[in-house]
Amino acid sequence: MSEVQLWTYIVVGITFALYIWIGYSNRVRDTKGFYVAGQGVPAVANGAATAADWMSAASFISMAGLISTMGYDGAIYLLGWTGGYVLLALLLAPYLRKFGKYTVPDFVGDRYYSQTARLIAAIATVIVSLTYVAGQMRGVGIVFSRFVGLPIEWGVVVGMAIVAFFALLGGMKGITWTQVAQYAVLIVAYMIPAVAIGLLLTGNPIPQLSFTFSDIVPRLNAVQIDLGFKEYTQPFQSKTQLDVLAVTIALMVGTAGLPHVITRFYTVPTVRAARYSAGWALLFIALLYTTAPAIAAFARYNLIDTLQTATVANVIPGEKQDIYELVYPDGTPVTWATSWQRTGLLAFYDKNGDGKIDLRPGAAFQGRNFKAPTDSANEVFFDNDIIVLANPEIAQLAPIVIALVAAGGLAAALSTASGLLLAMSSAVSHDIYYRIMRPNATERQRMVAGRTMILIAILFAGYFGINPPGFVSQVVAMAFGLAAASNFPAILLGIFDKRANSAGAIWGMSVGLGFTLIMILLMKSNIIFGTPAPLLNDFMGISAEGIGTIGMILNFAVALIVSRMTAAPPQEIQELVESVRIPRGAQVVEGAH
Amino acid sequence: MAKQTTKPKPASGKGGGGKSRQTWTVEKAKAYWRRNLKIIGILLAIWFVVSYLFGILFANILYGVPIGQIPASFWFAQQGAIITFVILIFVYCWIMDRVDKEFDVNE
Repeated sequence: MSEVQLWTYIVVGITFALYIWIGYSNRVRDTKGFYVAGQGVPAVANGAATAADWMSAASFISMAGLISTMGYDGAIYLLGWTGGYVLLALLLAPYLRKFGKYTVPDFVGDRYYSQTARLIAAIATVIVSLTYVAGQMRGVGIVFSRFVGLPIEWGVVVGMAIVAFFALLGGMKGITWTQVAQYAVLIVAYMIPAVAIGLLLTGNPIPQLSFTFSDIVPRLNAVQIDLGFKEYTQPFQSKTQLDVLAVTIALMVGTAGLPHVITRFYTVPTVRAARYSAGWALLFIALLYTTAPAIAAFARYNLIDTLQTATVANVIPGEKQDIYELVYPDGTPVTWATSWQRTGLLAFYDKNGDGKIDLRPGAAFQGRNFKAPTDSANEVFFDNDIIVLANPEIAQLAPIVIALVAAGGLAAALSTASGLLLAMSSAVSHDIYYRIMRPNATERQRMVAGRTMILIAILFAGYFGINPPGFVSQVVAMAFGLAAASNFPAILLGIFDKRANSAGAIWGMSVGLGFTLIMILLMKSNIIFGTPAPLLNDFMGISAEGIGTIGMILNFAVALIVSRMTAAPPQEIQELVESVRIPRGAQVVEGAH
Repeated sequence: MAKQTTKPKPASGKGGGGKSRQTWTVEKAKAYWRRNLKIIGILLAIWFVVSYLFGILFANILYGVPIGQIPASFWFAQQGAIITFVILIFVYCWIMDRVDKEFDVNE
């Protein structure tokens, strides 16, 4: 066992023990504790839990790499995955907290006095969370196989066991306090290598400052031009302006409509705390999100610079790919390049035999067959994920830091997975079983139903972890479009439009969700159904990631028009709307039991 | 038409004392909501300007203007808008704390 692996076992083992201990000491007995942590979570803690809940394996592992490849257009993720919190804080969280029940379908069903609306919201919650959790399990697999050396299947099983422990015992309460710990682990793990690599390349320890004020970005721009790429900072190179706009809207609105994020705002004691915890959540998220673009630029510059100066010292023929051992001009070996080639996330092929590896535009290989080079002058393949994962080795940090990054990636994936699993299972056990099928169920029956559904959801997620559907970020991004097109308009109109009625909400959600789902299936048919090419390339220039924006507009339009054409909501519903608009009285939870 | 009075529900537990609750009228509720909508409107306008306008719609126009060593539109798209978002939420919290007190609906 290598030194890195030993440290990884130790660090991951300690963090897992911590999560189990937190889960055990926060076990719950009643449904209020199980679904909304007894509504006693302080604003700052809820902010940290929300940040961990919401920053996924995709944010932690893949996002900086995606930005690194997309340059300017990486802004879709940066803006899209932060801007939604402003919508949450101003438009949804305080009012939902005042409403005071447990889930998104709770609000939709009560506000629109309709079991159909409740059912649609519950189904939307399950679809959105399922799409999202699929990406998390792949993240768990990647981290385990790379760092711990476990087969992916076993990694997933271990991860599931941990989540099952604190989610089954503690429900939302156990999940919340575990997520607070997971936020601490993941942010430390993200910042240490970022600070180190920033210091190495620019001499400034604060990545946000060196990104803006040092000459690293101009240098990157210049070297990109030399190699035949466009400037790194040039907008709209990988997506059109229209598509960037649509994807950003879909991700922002989707963030505000994600059931597992919204549910978090039910766990705080007051309306005021709901507002503040949205602020804390975004502050904690922004710490990582303003660092990611800096890492993206630093790592890309470092990759290009290393390849331009290093020479090939030795080639070890391999079955899947030949391993190129590179050396810097002073003769020291480029160890991170060698070790990452072994994982299959990085591949070289010295096509022109000049003893140097050339990074150029275009695909170097035919797919991921590293024995089949293309005619392109590019000699490098790298998976986006290595931008973050290889950082500690590039910055030559101690093995314990590499182990910490592994623990951070696992924290990000597990915290998001647990929040999603709870949202998904509560949609079934609370909204469908208790509120629709068995309104007379006892507290005990409801707890059994809640725990059973979590267990089923974990098994489901485990299946996806072992048979991952497609690329992490791609799959995750779909969930946002679905949330944007279904939940968000229904909740927003429920608070801000007193005239919105059940017919409007039902038709709006069905059209929005249906349209978005069909478009995504058509545009991703190559990944989902295995058709040779997507059945549809784009919808009026908008990609599958951005299609939720159109779904959202359809939902709003249909809901507003149908509401005006049908009877106004009954008096008591209008009074409900009046009452959620006023903060005082948030302590009262009517009809919760 | 008879004026209708909607009473905010008394908070259970701490701070539930009943001062001046009878002055809460439909007019006052409307005034509170109008104020809230105005604040939301202004803050969301800023939200739109820093992200969609500076970061996306004016991406090419602001490209030539530098902030530090990088183009202004690039800075807003990858740093500035996010920082502004955080400030906007805390500003909203701070303003609403005062508005809630003014209208006597604070918790």
